[in-house]
Amino acid sequence: MGMTIGEKILARASGKDIVKPGEIITAKVDLCMTNDATTHLSIDIFEQQLKAEKVFDPQKVVLIIDHNVPAESAKTAEVHKKMRLFSQKHHLPFYEGAGICHQIMVEDFVVPGQLIVAADSHTCAYGGLGALGTGVGCTDFTSVLSTGELWLMVPESLKFVLEGDLRSGIYARDLILKIIGDIGANGANYKIMEFGGSAVKKFTLDDRIVLCNMAVEAGAKSGLIEPDEQVVNYVQAAGRQAMDLLKSDEDAVYEKIYRYILDELEPMVARPHFVDNVVPVSKIGEVMIDQGFIGSCNNGRIEELRVAAQILKGQNVDPLVKLFISPASKEVFRQALDEGLIDIFVASGAMVLNPNCSVCWGGCQGVIGEGETLISTGTRNFKGRAGHADSSVYLASAATVAASALTGKITDPRRFVR
Amino acid sequence: MSRIFAGRVWKLGDDIDTDIIIPTQFLALESVEEMKKYAFNPLRPDLAELIRPGDIIVAGKNFGCGSSREQAAEILAALKLSCIIAKSYARIFYRNAFNNGLLLLENNELDDLCQEGDELSVNLETSRILLGGRSFSVASIPDDLWQMLAAGGLVPMMRKRNS
Repeated sequence: MGMTIGEKILARASGKDIVKPGEIITAKVDLCMTNDATTHLSIDIFEQQLKAEKVFDPQKVVLIIDHNVPAESAKTAEVHKKMRLFSQKHHLPFYEGAGICHQIMVEDFVVPGQLIVAADSHTCAYGGLGALGTGVGCTDFTSVLSTGELWLMVPESLKFVLEGDLRSGIYARDLILKIIGDIGANGANYKIMEFGGSAVKKFTLDDRIVLCNMAVEAGAKSGLIEPDEQVVNYVQAAGRQAMDLLKSDEDAVYEKIYRYILDELEPMVARPHFVDNVVPVSKIGEVMIDQGFIGSCNNGRIEELRVAAQILKGQNVDPLVKLFISPASKEVFRQALDEGLIDIFVASGAMVLNPNCSVCWGGCQGVIGEGETLISTGTRNFKGRAGHADSSVYLASAATVAASALTGKITDPRRFVR
Repeated sequence: MSRIFAGRVWKLGDDIDTDIIIPTQFLALESVEEMKKYAFNPLRPDLAELIRPGDIIVAGKNFGCGSSREQAAEILAALKLSCIIAKSYARIFYRNAFNNGLLLLENNELDDLCQEGDELSVNLETSRILLGGRSFSVASIPDDLWQMLAAGGLVPMMRKRNS
């Protein structure tokens, strides 16, 4: 019986030839990362409770300030200071204001075949490069920080076979919303979502990250795509060596196989207050919006910014709507500047924010008020996620957000896409 | 940690996410004791004040979905719930709860059958939950997780081992 790519990564990380779903392993972690949402808690546990003195390997621990940048309060500033001092003391790679943690990890650290643990739920994004990323809380993280190891249950895998082509105006973002809507917010609970099929081979790296990043919104331990030449080229261009190009065996066992024909897909929208409350934009009815957001670890990379710019070029954002755009990293921001996208955004009336988690997590920027409605490329639309407990968040593609910002209501982007 | 206990029920429904358990704007508060006053704030702002030590939360599927913020598990542990009983849990929250000494039990029927204010008797030696005259089964908790719960969570257990 063969193994899936996920099982192979976990077997390698635990020093075994074979692992099977349900088995509990102790795995050695190739990289770990933590951000300003909970690192202060981990540092307290590490220093005060465990009285630990050294991290397991300073080259494998990355600290990134990305959730509240710049600090919106003195308390947050204290959290940031604590991270800065800890990274200096232990000589750790440290980033502040350089972008969203997962995008920085993709740009500077991730290689195929790694097992990566981070104190953030969207760590599953690294599956886009064929690495197994999984999110943990700060206690598990601290135990990794001191030992380099973590116990894990080997999960069952679900296979998503994607065939055909996305039509104009429809994106990987619509596809993953459709899948989550179909299988539900716990449809992949504890499992790995593996995406394959002829369509995935044609997907760009950005598209693949979009798919894997949202796996946790279906409850998955991780999302994974077999790495190919495109991934190897990206990693090598960034000055890193691709480790293991692991692939699933022909006779690997999946708990379930789903098939999607991409040509049939429409632009999709997740309605409040659940990520799996998904309908085609054509069935959304008339929904007026107060704010739009394009950014996040899911959908703030250069390709999404290009799509938004194509729609916003020469147009004006509805005067009753605020549109915020936050590139996912400094590198993405510079590329958008070079390509003239930022100019287009500013001219359209959109407000361009520094790279950070921004509106997606309702922390330091663009919080919405009572009764207000946001359409967002963020990761979640939970009740109160972006501000007041009685506000509403809709999730959609960058194209749908841009089109909606122009009209003031949730709008099918296809009539704006040239 | 006793394996036999009883508690009063609070009901919360399906897909209780970690932004509901503790919204982003309260994460910067000084302490867990401060934070726990805002548990479930977007859904039921009055609930945290009403919860007493020993109470039980009964919920539907996918409890604890969403963000990995461990403050969610920490504040529920700080409210001294005797346990949560849900149809299923999101995996990051599941780990976080046990790491903080908070007992999670799984049962598929109870959420549909019990009412808020009901009294539940839990016996983990026999893996049964009693509601009035009815009895429900609950999966047993592996020994190593019990040891962690008994120690008060992963960190106290690691300290104990190291000392």
